[in-house]
Amino acid sequence: MNVNSMVRKNAYYDSVTLMIISRELKKIEGVDEVLVGMGTDLNVDLVEKLSLATPELEGITPNDLFIAAKYDESKCTMEQIIQAFDEQINAKQDASAGDYQPPTLSSAVEHLKGANLVQISIPGRYAAREAEDALDKGLNVMLFSDNVSVEDELKLKKKAVEKGLLMMGPDCGTAIINGVPLCFANVLSRGAIGVVGASGTGTQEVTVCIDKLGEGVSQVIGTGGRDLSERIGGLMMSLGIDALENDPETKVIVLISKPPAPSVEKKILNKVRECKKPVVVDFIGGDAEAILEAGAIPCVSLEDAARKAVAALRGEEIADFEGFDATEEDIEAIVEKAVASLKPDQKNLRGLYTGGTLTDEAMKFLGENYKIYSNIPMTPDMAIEALEGEVKGHICLDLGEDEFTRGRPHPMIDPLTRSEFFESHVDGTTAVVLLDCVLGYGSNADPAGAVAESVNSARAKFAGEGKELVVVASVCGTDKDPQDLEKSVNELKEAGVIVMPSNMQAVRLVDRILARVSE
Amino acid sequence: MKVNELFKSELKVINMGLESFYQDMKSQDVSAIHVNWKPAAGGNEKMAALLARMKSI
Repeated sequence: MNVNSMVRKNAYYDSVTLMIISRELKKIEGVDEVLVGMGTDLNVDLVEKLSLATPELEGITPNDLFIAAKYDESKCTMEQIIQAFDEQINAKQDASAGDYQPPTLSSAVEHLKGANLVQISIPGRYAAREAEDALDKGLNVMLFSDNVSVEDELKLKKKAVEKGLLMMGPDCGTAIINGVPLCFANVLSRGAIGVVGASGTGTQEVTVCIDKLGEGVSQVIGTGGRDLSERIGGLMMSLGIDALENDPETKVIVLISKPPAPSVEKKILNKVRECKKPVVVDFIGGDAEAILEAGAIPCVSLEDAARKAVAALRGEEIADFEGFDATEEDIEAIVEKAVASLKPDQKNLRGLYTGGTLTDEAMKFLGENYKIYSNIPMTPDMAIEALEGEVKGHICLDLGEDEFTRGRPHPMIDPLTRSEFFESHVDGTTAVVLLDCVLGYGSNADPAGAVAESVNSARAKFAGEGKELVVVASVCGTDKDPQDLEKSVNELKEAGVIVMPSNMQAVRLVDRILARVSE
Repeated sequence: MKVNELFKSELKVINMGLESFYQDMKSQDVSAIHVNWKPAAGGNEKMAALLARMKSI
């Protein structure tokens, strides 16, 4: 095996583009390992870990592009790898050919007259500076980047509040402003429900359910996951509530977050108490009593939040939704058929999620009834580290967490991580696989197709052992999304996947199957 | 509040970072421009901080 590298000084490309190209280059015959990236500390570290270091890579900077490869010289050459890279990068750049791309925010403001929002997804260490510049220019900000310090977040949000501007993020994955999905968001009907969300896929699930119920959204404001922490004090959620209360298009407000810090919860609920519009609050697993006392509507799931918002809008009776769209007989028939197909040693759950809040929802419900190894465990002894490399018992993972995404794109962008976990973790003891399939802008072009492929190869493996495999999924998407909801659902169904109308209904179905196989 | 003015205006987006987000804007016919962003001062933190300070003066 030969190890070689190439450096291009002052050639900057974004990390996701380079990670996707890295993956393509790995497919070249003879290539054992390849990494394409900018010379950041993280990438330099990865080069060492992958044994790709060469003297040429010493002293590279975050502004330098490098390709480092380990390959079989009898099968391919470094020149071939570089040529393949150039073809890939040129193809991507062709998509923007002819568009003027100014070098700075100031020149962009001059060129796009009336610009009113900046979407920032540059590396976190540089992001706060650009976001501050944007706010100073009177622009609203959607800050997708993570790795921005709490101190910087607080400073940015204070400035935004002072100016009455949106400062969505850092680490804000989802927003829909004036009907336009930003970063990772679904295409929804416009309507009268306004949302402020501190959790990305949680917000996607609620808004998708609203759309499926026949209503739409006015604005979907993201805050970033830390907004309701003690330090940040819910600055953006508070501003969001004010903005939606002042917005004549918004008739009902929905708030979505993991349980806030107690002092922040009090502050937000005080604001809710004064709000003249109906407010539905889903502090996932939070204190329902306190929400009721504030005159708001508490929820039992993300889907329930959508249903209650729609009921409030239509003036219908508001009740907890804890069941299924299908009849009890139909659900029992599905459970019966699934359980009958399993062998006695098939008892375990494999939850393979790409959406963080969807994993939370599954863990909160199933974790009450079963001991599940997870990267978000219910008790410390069930942390994945306790598995010590073994695959055993029930396992449920949020594959979008940092530990699984080092040096590769988020699994919502590139399904490879989940495909690998399907191979390594879906073993002969598996009774049921539970997963999400998130559609919308930002997401992979065909996540359902990738799941179907993994399910089909797992089935082939199981058939060799005379076993069947049960897979339960939900699709977080609408019929207006670029991937097409119906096509995605059909792809999954053709692979024998049981497709439920929401994550919570998928979780409840899995609970019933597990209860039966545990008997 | 300025946010409410935004809600009443046509959204015009400046994208800085992942180019795929800019392509998503274009495919929806949203007015957008992509900044050809590079780390300031070649990624040299000290130099970049100095430049930012000079800009704010």
